[in-house]
Amino acid sequence: MKIVMAIIKPFKLDDVRDALTGVGVHGMTVTEVKGYGRQKGHTEIYRGAEYAVSFLPKIKIEVAVASSQVDMIVETIAAAAKTGQIGDGKIFVLGLDNALRIRTGETDAAAL
Amino acid sequence: MTLKTLLRSAKGGFGGLAVTALLAGPAFAQAPAPALSEGNTAWMIMSTVLVLLMIVPGLALFYGGLVRSKNMLSVLTQVLAVASLTMIVWIVYGYSLAFTAGNAFIGGFSKMFLAGVTHETVNDGGSIPEYVFLAFQMTFAAITPALIIGGLVERTKFSAILLFMLLWVTFVYYPLAHMVWHADGYLMKLGALDFAGGTVVHINAGIAALVGAIMVGKRIGYGKDLMSPHSMTLTFVGGALLWIGWFGFNAGSALTAGPVAALALVNTLVATAAAALGWLAVEWAAKGKPSMLGTVSGVIAGLVAITPAAGLVGPIGAILLGAIGSVVAYFFCTTVKNALGYDDSLDVFGIHGVAGIVGSIGTGIFVAPALGGVGVEDYGMLAQVWKQLVAVVVAILWCGIGSAILFKIVDLIVGLRVTAEREREGLDLSEHGERAYNM
Repeated sequence: MKIVMAIIKPFKLDDVRDALTGVGVHGMTVTEVKGYGRQKGHTEIYRGAEYAVSFLPKIKIEVAVASSQVDMIVETIAAAAKTGQIGDGKIFVLGLDNALRIRTGETDAAAL
Repeated sequence: MTLKTLLRSAKGGFGGLAVTALLAGPAFAQAPAPALSEGNTAWMIMSTVLVLLMIVPGLALFYGGLVRSKNMLSVLTQVLAVASLTMIVWIVYGYSLAFTAGNAFIGGFSKMFLAGVTHETVNDGGSIPEYVFLAFQMTFAAITPALIIGGLVERTKFSAILLFMLLWVTFVYYPLAHMVWHADGYLMKLGALDFAGGTVVHINAGIAALVGAIMVGKRIGYGKDLMSPHSMTLTFVGGALLWIGWFGFNAGSALTAGPVAALALVNTLVATAAAALGWLAVEWAAKGKPSMLGTVSGVIAGLVAITPAAGLVGPIGAILLGAIGSVVAYFFCTTVKNALGYDDSLDVFGIHGVAGIVGSIGTGIFVAPALGGVGVEDYGMLAQVWKQLVAVVVAILWCGIGSAILFKIVDLIVGLRVTAEREREGLDLSEHGERAYNM
């Protein structure tokens, strides 16, 4: 099992969710986060006081999937989140040792 | 024959005197005592409430939106508490010190606790109840110290602010108000013009805030950390309420509901509009983007610049004065402040002090009948500008020296600043035990 963690542009969230639902992913966790990569930040000016805002708002999506599905899921997210502009985000794949559905007590693959 | 046609025929036939005689009858012939005017009284009650609208919620929200969210409530509390405190002090001895006979610099104690004021007394040579006059002036004495708060926010102890403002109105505001607005006052006798408070309110507050910003010191992280305003929307709402309330401030300063108030009304519209466009234009040209905060800052700068001139200059003079005041204030807020490095956090000096100085001096120029102003007796432009300059310098020195001494005294008694820990936590929690936004 793996965790697929994608950092994407906020306005792409709906596209990514629809695409993932389309390939049979029925659950995900979404967090509003801030960060920067190559996009860097921007400058804000308040009455002449200039502030460099280096952390930009992004959305982090986490999906737990079976190892066999990882490549397909990563491609789906990448295709849905892509605009071609700088700042599209990144996708990380992490290992996942155990899983448990609290209500039923099911574990691992059955719990995803 | 209706009253209107009677007036018209009287005017045409016999001139003004005949009208008076016709309308007033024999009772008026003997007693020239000022008659109470219900029209004037109604307008002045309205104006008083409009100036209160400038303080709460106007100024409180304007300032509150400009600080970080952890200090929002501290600003709202400071504005409300300082205004309330100075209103009570006004009744105890403030009105007496400012508006009774004394010497050229300060009044006396004859009207302490409003001694001798009844619901039947009228203002000096005027036509409104003295209660209305002193209530109107009370709101001026309350908004001026509240303006100073903008130079002290996010780091000054609440107790220090209350103590300082109590001392400041006593030793700085009341004397200056007496000098400018009382018949015996030094600047009044000199012939310096200040229609609605350019020196008494705006230069005064601007200088005190500058002295305070320097003596209290910069906020921790100033120039390094992100200190962007937490709610520009509330700042817009507050700025808009200031403009609306300012009609009481300026047009109310006519003390009558007549032609002078009408002129002040028009000037308070057009000077402000010109100033908003002025700031917007220079910012757009210099920084590449026209901002909301810039435009609303221009509004305030224009209102300040037209304050001393409101009932004295013509609308075209007002447009020029507003635009010039706004552009000079822009230059101070964006360039001079950064170059000198003082933390006048909400630009009280940059906007009120600087536009107040421009307006006070400009009043001496644009009051000229040749430039559309109403003129004053024996007007000479150079002589009048010189008088205005003297008034500005007196205000700067009186307030600058007085404020520095008072800040020092307050520092010795209660201390000016909160601890670094409390400042980092935010004054809302550390000074007031509450939070503006719970989410």
